[in-house]
Amino acid sequence: MTSTRGFRIARGVGLTLFAAYFMVPLLSMLDFSTRARGDEGRTFDAWRTLVENEDLREAIIASLLLAVLTVALMVVLLVPTMIWVRLRVPRVSRLVEFLCLLPLTIPALVIVVGISGVYAWVDYLIGDSALTLTFAYVVLVLPYAYRSIDSALSAIDVFTLAEAARSLGASWLTVIARIVLPNIMTGVLSAAFIAVALVLGEFTFASLLHFDTMPVALVQISKTDAKASVAGALASIILITLLLMVLSLLHRDRVTRTPGQES
Amino acid sequence: MLRSHRLAVSVAAVSLVLLAACAPPSDDGEESTTESGVSAAEATSVEDFGGMEGLVQAAEEEGELNVIALPRDWANYGELIDTFSEKYDIEVNEDQPTAASQDEINAANDLAGTDRAPDVFDLGQSVALANTDMFAPYKVATFDEIPDQYKDPNGAWANDYGGYMSIGYDSAKVPDVTSVSDLLDPAYKGSVALNGDPTQAGAAFSGVMMAAIANGGSADDIAPGVDFFGDLKKAGNFLPVDPDSATIESGQTPVVIDWDYLGAAAAKNVSTWKTVVPEEAVVAGYYFQAINADAPHPAAARLWQEFLYSDEGQNLWLKGGARPVRGDAMAEAGTIDQALWDALPEVGGEPVIPTNEQTEKAATYLAENWSQVIS
Amino acid sequence: MAVTEVTTPAPVAGTPPAPGAGLKIAVGSYVPLLPFFGFLLIFLIVPTVTVVVSAVQDGEGGFTLGNVRALTSDAAVNALWNSIILSGSTAIIGAVLGGLLSYLVVSLGPRSVIRRTAVSVCGVLAQFGGVTLAFAFISLLGFSGVLTEALRSWPGIDIWGSGWLFGLPGLIVVYCYFQIPLMVIVFTPALEGLRPQWREAATNLGATTAQYWRMVGFPLLTPAFLGSMLLLFANAFAAYATAAVLVSQGNPISPLFIRSALTSEILLGQRNLGFALALQMVVVVAIVMGAYALLLRRTARWMR
Repeated sequence: MTSTRGFRIARGVGLTLFAAYFMVPLLSMLDFSTRARGDEGRTFDAWRTLVENEDLREAIIASLLLAVLTVALMVVLLVPTMIWVRLRVPRVSRLVEFLCLLPLTIPALVIVVGISGVYAWVDYLIGDSALTLTFAYVVLVLPYAYRSIDSALSAIDVFTLAEAARSLGASWLTVIARIVLPNIMTGVLSAAFIAVALVLGEFTFASLLHFDTMPVALVQISKTDAKASVAGALASIILITLLLMVLSLLHRDRVTRTPGQES
Repeated sequence: MLRSHRLAVSVAAVSLVLLAACAPPSDDGEESTTESGVSAAEATSVEDFGGMEGLVQAAEEEGELNVIALPRDWANYGELIDTFSEKYDIEVNEDQPTAASQDEINAANDLAGTDRAPDVFDLGQSVALANTDMFAPYKVATFDEIPDQYKDPNGAWANDYGGYMSIGYDSAKVPDVTSVSDLLDPAYKGSVALNGDPTQAGAAFSGVMMAAIANGGSADDIAPGVDFFGDLKKAGNFLPVDPDSATIESGQTPVVIDWDYLGAAAAKNVSTWKTVVPEEAVVAGYYFQAINADAPHPAAARLWQEFLYSDEGQNLWLKGGARPVRGDAMAEAGTIDQALWDALPEVGGEPVIPTNEQTEKAATYLAENWSQVIS
Repeated sequence: MAVTEVTTPAPVAGTPPAPGAGLKIAVGSYVPLLPFFGFLLIFLIVPTVTVVVSAVQDGEGGFTLGNVRALTSDAAVNALWNSIILSGSTAIIGAVLGGLLSYLVVSLGPRSVIRRTAVSVCGVLAQFGGVTLAFAFISLLGFSGVLTEALRSWPGIDIWGSGWLFGLPGLIVVYCYFQIPLMVIVFTPALEGLRPQWREAATNLGATTAQYWRMVGFPLLTPAFLGSMLLLFANAFAAYATAAVLVSQGNPISPLFIRSALTSEILLGQRNLGFALALQMVVVVAIVMGAYALLLRRTARWMR
């Protein structure tokens, strides 16, 4: 498409307007959370509350742990299953795909309405820690994780790698963990990233099942200390953006490596 | 192949649903017994503990008390909690101070069997009367001094403190309010806030009841109240924000329909805050105190009740501007804080307290009509 | 669960399998899949089936259509209608503005840094719902928000009004913030599928820009555009967290009605009404997503 000068100017203006539209609420969060009483200068008191307030601190730690556990469970559950389906039971791949994309059609709100019976059992068998939300969160993350990992798997020749490894005597565990997994790392990493973003922002399940995660705690504290809640929300955005930058750096690393160097 | 897949899945699903429908065995929890072998969860009075010392000992052994939905600036609850905590060396866990009455019941249900369930409830009328099967009967030492209409004869619940529904406003921001219908004036655009959702919170329920009575309704007929708020919304005067001390201080909610004792608390932060109980609609309301039948700390819960209904506890509530339920008896006995008791505002007109049936009827009407009027 | 089927074992490199061995191969292959299927069964299938079954149950477990009938009550219909308005309006606004943004971004060319940044930023923003989004807009347009105060002090305009942010109009404004990026993510592949060769061919045949778009571009993009708009609709319809944080009075939309049906037990049977409402939500979303899938298949045909 040849771009005329006029078009390029219009495009520049358009993109700037959009960028402003998206940046303004974020900047206002920064401004709002650092306001001092009586409009006198800036203060980071609200940010300090995030660390000093005991309930908030525990909730933030719970959310971070949940993010880690969700990524771990997702990888452990999904990656071997998808590799196995590709290699040994390709017939089931349509079913797996359908099931993994099902959470896109069944709203989270509906799942949580029906899940309280299941969670009563989870509570009885495992306990009532907020970390049991991991199970629900893995379900929510499934569609995005599936797509990421599926496209990564499609890009490499899983059959040959697996056959070669098996013929050299590798167990299935070695094939999955040490042969295939490193090659689909990009897909796994982007699935992990989406999982973290989702967990840190997830409110529906946590609030309706009465668990104290970071978003729930932020809403509670917003009734007494609005600035601290806005600071907390901004902090989670910053964290996710940092993760995104790390992810794109890693991605570029892998892409620039020549094929011969792939392990 | 896929067909039998699906069949298998649906069979498994249905069977699992049936299984999940049977709830897991509930954790009865450790029975908290005193040295004399009394089960604290079944104690119905302080004698069951062998006297006050026995109760204190059992409670201090438990060491903790879970309370819920008690804002620190609501009828001086902050001082009550701190005094109790220091006096008896029991740690008080304050959960969800901004929760409504319904949230207390939900928390008790969702956290049943765990250590985090609430031990005691402080509920609005409609929610309390709908959930009496969740309360453990217990008669405090001063039970006989509570007037009959303010308690359950078996001790399942008792009123603790009360007040009148009022209109609180910042006189520096809006004109003076003398009656409920004043609020429809354009001067109050975007100013009037109701404390909560009337289908969930007792204060909001009584607020709508007050509007109903002021507009020709009665305790039997809450419809004019719902219509009033509809008109308020159409006039642009209704503010869909839950008021609290922060919003009052910042000026976000210049007019608040809430209990008169909360107006007293607001006046501490905003010197120009005034509270008015409209003469044409005097709605009185007491809150209901009860012990959770599944309380994780049953002895501490009972000690808390004893504390609240003691002279000390009742006077602390009075300090928060609320009328303690034993107020009249204490005034006669001379144990009331006379200065605070006299300082309570005079209220003209006939106070209305809806009965159980009236409350249920009103709640049904609200459930069917409130949300579309206010949205 | 796969023990029963052994009809056609997987072909093994041309050699016909021994009859008895077929059973072993089939079962053995499926066992490692059990954790995955079991997990999904417990945490996804069971809740969904629970919702469907409980929607037609009354308080004691007997069959009843009362809950479904309650869906026709004024309050429920009002909430559903508002949800449709909210989802529809944000879908249209999101589709139009998002489509425009996609076009601008795609026209930068595949190698552009701005483009790649824009697409990844959109990826983050599309997930950016719920609590963080609500607080962002409260900090901007709330009573003591940055923009509210700025406009209040200098030109003296009051945008706070009667707290419109915490009602349906506020939700519409806030939802667009994640609908537009979602549109960019979903629609960009369709725009990328417009091959430059077609543009060149059209120009060679004498078409003007307007004619190209009218006769080639738009007709090709319409299924993708409509499909993306449907996806935006379903996304807004099912969204809960943002509304839950912003709205505290009344139940203007269906998801909030579900919340109050679940948490309000003053009247018996309200909980089962919640299930009926959830079922209604699943049905609506399923219909919309089904239409989306159909349109996606049409688009895929010429995108290859």
